[in-house]
Amino acid sequence: MAALRSTPSRLLAAASRSTRAGPSMFVRSMATLGDSTVEANPKGSTDSRMKSFQVYRWNPDRPTDKPSMQTYTLDLNKTGPMVLDALVRIKNELDPTLAFRRSCREGICGSCAMNINGTNTLACLCRIPTDTKQEMKIYPLPHTYVVKDLVPDLTYFYKQYKSIKPYLQRDTPAPDGKEYRQSKAERRKLDGLYECILCACCSTSCPSYWWNAEEYLGPAILLQSYRWIADSRDERREERRAALDNSMSLYRCHTILNCTRTCPKGLNPGLAIAEIKKQMAF
Amino acid sequence: MRLSGLQKEVLALYRTCLRESRKKPAATRSHFEAYARTEFNKSVGLDKRDFGAIEFLVRKGRRQLEVYSAPGIKDIH
Repeated sequence: MAALRSTPSRLLAAASRSTRAGPSMFVRSMATLGDSTVEANPKGSTDSRMKSFQVYRWNPDRPTDKPSMQTYTLDLNKTGPMVLDALVRIKNELDPTLAFRRSCREGICGSCAMNINGTNTLACLCRIPTDTKQEMKIYPLPHTYVVKDLVPDLTYFYKQYKSIKPYLQRDTPAPDGKEYRQSKAERRKLDGLYECILCACCSTSCPSYWWNAEEYLGPAILLQSYRWIADSRDERREERRAALDNSMSLYRCHTILNCTRTCPKGLNPGLAIAEIKKQMAF
Repeated sequence: MRLSGLQKEVLALYRTCLRESRKKPAATRSHFEAYARTEFNKSVGLDKRDFGAIEFLVRKGRRQLEVYSAPGIKDIH
């Protein structure tokens, strides 16, 4: 908790960093970019920079109350650079009743997926824009049942994940009796697939998934499906492909590519789906 | 009286609750029935046009039913 509030020394260190404009926050890239101007107060002054956050609120204990937006105002100088820092600070200091999922705060668990300013992303990878005049709007993932406030119900999403059997299926033992070996080229096929953390940002941004969530698997699950089809060690490739060979599971993808635009890990589910379609066609 | 789809869903859920409690031990069966009744009674005053709330409560009820219908659960308070 203490780490969230910036101390004078931290402020100074931040101010001495580069002050050129950082990348726009909605450009999808791996979140390793180091140049931050968001936390830094450019002039090094101690003026407070108050920013309002509009947060979706809904309490399951009072189901007759309609969902509403609640506004919280935070001083950005005392808040960490990411939206998740702001949410944690709201929960700690302003409103302990606010509910949201969070765990690793570094984009590896996928818990804090939510809709921030109209884009599905991980709150821990999304910088707070420095423009204090504009309010931030934070909603749960679209087209999901809400458990409470920003917590979506992903039960069905996980059930779909289970349905594609996301594990290695083999009948023949390894030739050396120890491990299943792969060549470097075979391993390289899994790059861009294994990084998926199943945050559900892509699936919930897909209009096709919104309307057909019961039957269409959605980009996240299809990416995982392709991850196992592409795996050289797996021996059930044909069964996996046969399971997708119907009009709903796979072919509801109309290459809208919202999934690729929104993926907070910079992956390309659209490409993976296209690869499956290609394999099924020939 | 003609029932709407949602009303039928609510009644079907209540009926399944009672049916599931029949699979419980005879001694505690009444506990399960009473529990289902009190759970439904909690929201008996709901406006019948408040579809969002009713749909949510039906979903919640189904989840609860799934949990309590597990054969490992022998009694409820």
